[in-house]
Amino acid sequence: MTEREVVLVDGVRTPFLRSGTAFADLDNYQLARIAISALIGKTGIAPEAIGSVIYGNVIANTRNPNVARDGMLGAGLDPSTPAFSVSQACISANRAAAISADMIRTGQIDVAIAGGVECLSDAPIGHSKAFRKRLQALQKAKGVGGMFKVFKGFKFKELKPDVPAIAEFSTGLTMGQDCDRLAARFGVSRDEQDAFAERSHKLAAKAWEDGLLSDEVCRAQLPPKFEDIDRDNGYRGDTSLDKLAALRPAFVKPHGTVTAGNASFLTDGAANVLLMSRSKAEELGYDSSVVLRHYVFSGQNPDGELLLGPAYSAAACLSQTGMKLEEIEVFEFHEAFAGQVLANLKCMESKTYSKDLLGLESALGTVPMDRLNTLGGSLSLGHPFGATGARLLNTARNRLIRENGRYALIAACAAGGMGSAMLLERRTV
Amino acid sequence: MKDFFELDQKGDILWVGLDQKDGPVNTLSNRMLTAFEELLAHIEGESSIRSVILISRKKDTFIAGADIKAFSEMASSDEAVHLSREGNRLLARLENLQRDFEKTVIAAIHGAALGGGLEVALACHRRIVTRSPKTVLGLPEIKLGLLPGGGGTQRLPRCVALPTALDMLLTGRNVHPNRAYKMGLVDAVVEPEALEAAAAHAASHGLRSRAGSRKLPWYLNNALGRKVILSKARQKALEKAGPHYPAPQKILECVDVGLSHGFEKGVQTEARCFGELHGSAVSKNLVHLFMNMQASKGRNVLDHAKTIRSIGVVGAGLMGSGIAEVSLAKGLQVRIDDSNQKALTRAHKKVHASFQRKVKKGAMTAFQGDQRLSGLHLGKGDWNGCDLVVEAVFEDLELKQTLVRDLEARVSDRTIIASNTSALPIHKIAANATHPARIVGMHYFSPVPKMPLLEVVAQPSNPDWVVQTAVKLGQKQGKTVIVVQDRPGFYTTRILCAYLNEALMALEEGAGIREIDSALIAFGFPVGPLALLDEVGIDVGAHVSTGVVADVFRQRGFESNPVLKKLVADGLLGRKSGAGFYDYCAPDKPENPDMKRYFNEQVGSPQQSDELGQRIAYAMVNEALFCLQEGVIRSPDDGDLGAILGLGFPPFRGGPFRFVDQMGISAFRKEMEGLAKCHGERFQPAAILEEMDKNGEPFFGGG
Repeated sequence: MTEREVVLVDGVRTPFLRSGTAFADLDNYQLARIAISALIGKTGIAPEAIGSVIYGNVIANTRNPNVARDGMLGAGLDPSTPAFSVSQACISANRAAAISADMIRTGQIDVAIAGGVECLSDAPIGHSKAFRKRLQALQKAKGVGGMFKVFKGFKFKELKPDVPAIAEFSTGLTMGQDCDRLAARFGVSRDEQDAFAERSHKLAAKAWEDGLLSDEVCRAQLPPKFEDIDRDNGYRGDTSLDKLAALRPAFVKPHGTVTAGNASFLTDGAANVLLMSRSKAEELGYDSSVVLRHYVFSGQNPDGELLLGPAYSAAACLSQTGMKLEEIEVFEFHEAFAGQVLANLKCMESKTYSKDLLGLESALGTVPMDRLNTLGGSLSLGHPFGATGARLLNTARNRLIRENGRYALIAACAAGGMGSAMLLERRTV
Repeated sequence: MKDFFELDQKGDILWVGLDQKDGPVNTLSNRMLTAFEELLAHIEGESSIRSVILISRKKDTFIAGADIKAFSEMASSDEAVHLSREGNRLLARLENLQRDFEKTVIAAIHGAALGGGLEVALACHRRIVTRSPKTVLGLPEIKLGLLPGGGGTQRLPRCVALPTALDMLLTGRNVHPNRAYKMGLVDAVVEPEALEAAAAHAASHGLRSRAGSRKLPWYLNNALGRKVILSKARQKALEKAGPHYPAPQKILECVDVGLSHGFEKGVQTEARCFGELHGSAVSKNLVHLFMNMQASKGRNVLDHAKTIRSIGVVGAGLMGSGIAEVSLAKGLQVRIDDSNQKALTRAHKKVHASFQRKVKKGAMTAFQGDQRLSGLHLGKGDWNGCDLVVEAVFEDLELKQTLVRDLEARVSDRTIIASNTSALPIHKIAANATHPARIVGMHYFSPVPKMPLLEVVAQPSNPDWVVQTAVKLGQKQGKTVIVVQDRPGFYTTRILCAYLNEALMALEEGAGIREIDSALIAFGFPVGPLALLDEVGIDVGAHVSTGVVADVFRQRGFESNPVLKKLVADGLLGRKSGAGFYDYCAPDKPENPDMKRYFNEQVGSPQQSDELGQRIAYAMVNEALFCLQEGVIRSPDDGDLGAILGLGFPPFRGGPFRFVDQMGISAFRKEMEGLAKCHGERFQPAAILEEMDKNGEPFFGGG
């Protein structure tokens, strides 16, 4: 098995921007193209060496249902490299990386690009079902009379646009409502959530200030102005507990705890990593020190445990590899909501919950805050749904190298009640 | 007939597969015409044939036009006239198949249909082309100083709107399928795979003709309107081409006669004019230039060249961004860096705008534009993967030396480092390098996307693969490449210096600024030498002419002219500073009156404009001969290419070497000796002339 070990060679992402800002005129295809092109430029990998491109994407538009293919062709990669897109909500890029790693492990390919993209500025806004039915019928209608017939009984409310909702399909609850539910269940207070959100923003600002993120982010220059876009624009270094406390609940009113300040915001961005078999990386002279050791995807009941995926998947990932939480030096957890992260942490450190929910003998363990998301997280850096997994992987890799650590664990929750955990190991031989 | 056509009759359709057995592409020649006549006789005589489909069996060309080589070897213009008459007679017979025999001829075109190829297609009754970047239509004869002698000047204006036809005839520009359809030149655009099916369908079910579908507005669509358009075109052509190129006027004459006196008279005029142009030295030289450019690819041996996939460019100025653009256009990965972030952004903008223009023109799709642009990477990054890094920073030896050393540390041990310099000696740039043998000169001309020449400067220490790879990259970028030796000023800069120096001498002697420039424009240069100095920058000119090149010149009796340095010191840098020899701030750019202070104020005896122009041009020609003599260039052919494509030496004069040949070696020697007596030792003719004169051998056998 070891000779087909999968190594995480490098990665790069576009800046993550609040939707409606500088990427507002772009779409999934353009962002994916920019990120793939940047990865080629950063690593100098020969396009013909790439065996596969897999991209995660959640809100697809109608033009690019397979954004991986369109994006990689647009980036000038070799058409002989197959490419496809996966959709597993906020862990889509994690899934893209896992499939890529499996393909490398089984010897199908040696080199893969895995990533994801989300351009929520370009979310497709559709027509109502009733109106769509009429439009379909219109294509087949013959003559003015036929057209007239199609619109018989038309009501103006049919024109109400069909906007994609960030809600759980199976329960009808929005993510925010579900987070409030989870926070209440695990006793996570509003103050705790605000404090965690403040921490995330401050850490992100500091990481940018210290130049720790610039290597992960490519520069974009877009027509017509070609201004340099080379950093994220969502973090608020000047936020404070007072400011956060002043915000009103966004979802559950009036007693809810989730606000716009302690939830992640709508983001445009793309991220990708370059994966290789260890032998190929060595042959081509790339840094092959960081191995993608293991990964687990979990599923829970979306009605109640919707956002508890990190705890479930982390527990499975550690137990399957015989590892203990204490051995992990780098934690990169997705921050959909401050309340969601804190609820997961509480679940993991509680003996009762670990036993009842995760099926463990004892508590999974306490994640030391000085090891968790030290460069900020989705709350502050942003969360382009399909791309976040690739950001977590690349940041975890870079932190491992920078902090001279051995193990990194990334974890994320996803709509539908799912989770993903991935274990990285840095070899220092 | 079998040497040219493969016939296959299916039902009432005769498929004529164009397949010239002795060549890679189909061309028109006397032999082909004979076969064509047989073919016509067959079609006319075979009553079962209802329609004919002409389709090429060659890859990616329909008919590439006349066989230029055979054509240029035609001894007399009568032969050319005959060829045109014969061609037109046969094409008329082809066209008349419909009227006289009710047979339809369909041209099914994939690939290039140029010159005679398009004229054949125009004589067909329907034209179907493939939607492919390989498919281009055009009448490029004017670029060779000729006109379309197969009815092109008659049928094209009848097929598409008159201004469109004139544009095609007078620029020789290629037209892509979608545009061709819009202008009514073709009747259908189909996918390449479906060409045969589409042609068969058109033969059996008919296809609406689009010829004549684009009409002029009513107020121009009459004899008077057409006259106005023609006279406008005549005026414009004269302004653009100048008095040296007769072809545009002849083309307009043919179109005019055809429109006023009918098709018959039109083709007669066409044949006569065709013969006249064929006999002209202008056309002979342009044809030779064309063949020389083709042949230069073969002259550059590339058996040790490495494949280039990815290049680096340091310096994002006009040169750097131009080099990036032409590389991206061919699908290369390009990393460009500059310490000035604004320059980098400007370069990005420029490249982006250039691809946008191509997208707008329909030369590429928006998606293809994305693909090309995705190859561009800005700023520092991985240089290790670059096969070649070219530096295009300011012309400063120390700066380049430091940069080269810095680059060496960042690139792989297989990476070539190329220096884009017009005059700095490559061996000096490489002086502090760890691997000087991997450093080579690549002298591009500005603006890079437009200028067709690349001068690759080889050091004696360069292994073959280094020089060949640089040449291969240049060819990939669409450049005609000449390889020159790393001697002072290389080739083009050196002969340019001799030329500019002579212009300054003349100025010193009292000739006027505009007088000098007009004399050289009259000789055929696109701009005069002093205006050129203003364009490139007087500082650049001073830098080069007082530097390395001066040493070479001094030995031959050139007095170095200190005046340029004074101009620079006083801030007169040319266009970029607002004033140089001309004043660019005033309308109409008058001569800069301040210049009087720097040059001899006494007005010398006014010189004959011809003499003045010749004297300055001959300085360049003679310097080119010295370069050949000293082995700076490999061949007279390379010398001609360098002077024409790099410096604007009049193409119709064939280049310095053909110019001397055509004048006669001994006549040129005498001229030079006369000039030497009159103006100084620097006009002493190159020694090789003596030898050649004695043996009576020209530079080009058969010249």
